[in-house]
Amino acid sequence: MQMPVANAEIIASKAGIVARLRNLLPDGAVIDDPVETKVYECDALSAYRCAPLAVVLPASTAEVAAVLRACHEMKVPVVPRGSGTSLAGGAMPTADSIILGVARLDKVLETDYENRFIRVQSGRTNLSVSGAVESNGFFYAPDPSSQLACAIAGNIAMNSGGAHCLKYGVTTNNLLGVTMVTMAGEIVELGGAYLDSGGYDLLGLVCGSEGQLGVVTEATLRILAKPEGARPVLIGFDDNAVAGACVSDIIQAGVLPVAIEFMDRPILEAVAKFVDAGYPDAEALLVIEVEGSEAEINHQLALITKIAQRHNPVEIRESRSAAESANIWKGRKAAFGAMGQINDYMCLDGTIPVSQLPLVLRRISELSKEYGLDVGNVFHAGDGNMHPLILYDANKPGDLEKCEDMGAEILKLCVEVGGCLTGEHGVGIEKRDLMYEQFNGDDLEIQMAVKDVFDPEWLLNPAKVFPLDASEARRG
Amino acid sequence: MTPSSEKELIQVMADASGPLNIVGGGTWQARNNAEPLYTSGLSGVTLYEPEALTLVAKAGTSLAEIEILLAKNGQCLPFEPNNLAALQGVKSTPTIGGVVATNASGPRRISAGACRDSLIGVRFVDGSGTVIKNGGRVMKNVTGYDLVKLMSGSFGTLGVLSEVSFKLLPAAQASASVLVVEDEKTCAATMARALGSPFDVNGAGHVDGVTALRVEGLSGSVAYRATALAKLLGGEIGEFDWQVLRDVQAFAGQEGDVWRFSVKPSDGPVLAAELRRLGAQQIMFDWAGGLLWVLAPSGMDMRKAKYKGHAMLLRGNALPVFQPRPAVIAALEKALRAKFDPKNILNPDWMT
Ligand SMILES: Cc1cc2nc3c(=O)[nH]c(=O)nc-3n(C[C@H](O)[C@H](O)[C@H](O)COP(=O)(O)OP(=O)(O)OC[C@H]3O[C@@H](n4cnc5c(N)ncnc54)[C@H](O)[C@@H]3O)c2cc1C
Repeated sequence: MQMPVANAEIIASKAGIVARLRNLLPDGAVIDDPVETKVYECDALSAYRCAPLAVVLPASTAEVAAVLRACHEMKVPVVPRGSGTSLAGGAMPTADSIILGVARLDKVLETDYENRFIRVQSGRTNLSVSGAVESNGFFYAPDPSSQLACAIAGNIAMNSGGAHCLKYGVTTNNLLGVTMVTMAGEIVELGGAYLDSGGYDLLGLVCGSEGQLGVVTEATLRILAKPEGARPVLIGFDDNAVAGACVSDIIQAGVLPVAIEFMDRPILEAVAKFVDAGYPDAEALLVIEVEGSEAEINHQLALITKIAQRHNPVEIRESRSAAESANIWKGRKAAFGAMGQINDYMCLDGTIPVSQLPLVLRRISELSKEYGLDVGNVFHAGDGNMHPLILYDANKPGDLEKCEDMGAEILKLCVEVGGCLTGEHGVGIEKRDLMYEQFNGDDLEIQMAVKDVFDPEWLLNPAKVFPLDASEARRG
Repeated sequence: MTPSSEKELIQVMADASGPLNIVGGGTWQARNNAEPLYTSGLSGVTLYEPEALTLVAKAGTSLAEIEILLAKNGQCLPFEPNNLAALQGVKSTPTIGGVVATNASGPRRISAGACRDSLIGVRFVDGSGTVIKNGGRVMKNVTGYDLVKLMSGSFGTLGVLSEVSFKLLPAAQASASVLVVEDEKTCAATMARALGSPFDVNGAGHVDGVTALRVEGLSGSVAYRATALAKLLGGEIGEFDWQVLRDVQAFAGQEGDVWRFSVKPSDGPVLAAELRRLGAQQIMFDWAGGLLWVLAPSGMDMRKAKYKGHAMLLRGNALPVFQPRPAVIAALEKALRAKFDPKNILNPDWMT
């Protein structure tokens, strides 16, 4: 992966830069010891690493503004960071940049059940947002698998999704407002506890902008009343394409499950070695969850079962208890970890029109043979967001490159059939240079013009999202 | 001018040197005499995949045409777009591009989101004649910046939409309303209780002393939830015309200005009381109390009320349509507009 050449002048001025930042922040909030900055070298795309110049950990919006103002004046690039779980290298630093971590901004500022929102500082973890309102019967809907660790800041920057977004939408659909600091150190309030704030939808623009338009310090999030209950059904098929067709039929029938998750044989085999979820022997497995009262759940599951039966499933297993539900989900939740036990893997994230599922699955297995690399598919089938996991051996020279080439082919295929490069993980550094597959020069130019408005000098997370050659002139 | 293809539209924009009013269905009438640019020539559904819940249509396609097509297949636009033609006193049918440009969203917004939440892709021609695409036709897409959101609700000031894509929902098999007779002072609290329940309420409004809550879905489930909700709120299952509220039909044909306030739901009744003191004649609530439709004497400035949120003058000529923005945001918006419309020709009246 190519990264821009670091600015030697900035690196040479490290002492002065660090001293100035120390002046602005309390003791311990600026880290420049190479041993301690090591943890900030990479995010969850750990094949790529680079130590930053220094790390700052501000604890208030005012401190964030002070840091940004200073960096702006000194022309030092800043890379915002939540919990560092990005799979796209979004939080990866360059040697001439400051990491601005929001981990200390972790407080709940306001909960309002009457108006159904919670206002939090952006470093708070996703799961602990739901945790803060759970005892009152509410939850925060977007639930990325990384929810124990990832921060709301990263969720907003990446517009993260989760297993239940088929019904509840992704981050942008559940975000009511943010407090954001621009690179120049100006504090901006976008949106709020009301639905329309007039003017352009800058909130919608900022969500998913991968930390390139401003540093988000606070967020107002929509919370929802918990459903009376939820229950999954597990359906096994002896053919991937048939499982795909079953998904289409369920959607068209007017049942709207909260989640439809898909796992293929390689994933099922890996999972079986890793946890005891008791999955049946099948080529493809669907986990479908519905919500409501006991009677509503039974009704919806009956409809789904009836549709599934038309597709000759090898097994249909409705959960009968909380323990059985947990077991059905256990395997799905362990899928990434299970693949990680076998080998290193690269997780793709392209989205395709659901109608193209059989074709794309077939092409992926052909590519797997061509490249000689194993692939497992585990993904959100209801919305076409694929997660092919390509296995490779990081210690084998050339294997990572081979894996990346194969990944690029799969993503190109996703675009070709009418889909996109990334459904929820973001572009970061990983898919930056594939952007030409989906966009032409004009499409990219206007997006970069948007960054020009918020950050004219391109100091905020500059080497991400756009192909390096496209953004070169702007990055200075 | 009425370009009949995106290609012609590109030429029109590239050649244009003076201001243009972009006209879809003509629900929103411009106040100036700039040359109209009609989108009616860009019409037709380009892709409809019921099994994938996706629809792509050219921007000048009439909303009615789309709704008929979807209804035939038991599907709908999730956000229940409103048709304000009658309210505005014009005989026209909204276009899907106009719906997007104004982010027109009805009662279901409280659960299914606004137009911007269902919009998954756009093609548009910017003010210099460059065609731009963003988003696509899939439900989950975080590739690059989300200009789809930016275009929704930008009132044609950033570009002329040529094509829009949506994710759809299965149309509800059944629908029921629970009614609670009460003063508007307490309506937001009632609606908050309903939305705080697990019964999946997707409409919550108050009109003329009646608070109405709507549940939709599979028929057995609707009956169950409506009964449970009526019990919880001490109300009764009854009839309520959500379309009348959605389209603000009660104010159509009545003298006076029409305002639209968006505030925190619990602030709704408080604001209503103040608006009445200022001279407002009629007020209806949607979005659980967070949306107020206000009929007021012509020229009377309802923005004099104290509120945190947003007020728009929907019908009326004497006062600005749009609420002034805070300075930092106004500067960002102005700079964005200049990037998308460097010749400064798109819809000079709007978003100012
Ligand atoms: C095991 C695993 C499972 C995952 N499952 C999912 C999943 O189901 N769905 C999904 O969508 N993602 C998933 N992810 C990806 C990742 O967790 C998400 O992208 C997450 O939102 C990143 O959050 P973070 O706090 O770790 O952000 P980071 O990794 O720290 O940063 C992510 C991006 O956000 C920017 N950023 C961080 N803080 C700010 C801020 N304050 N202001 C502005 N920009 C900021 C960074 O610069 C970077 O570009 C998974 C990752 C792992 C490792």
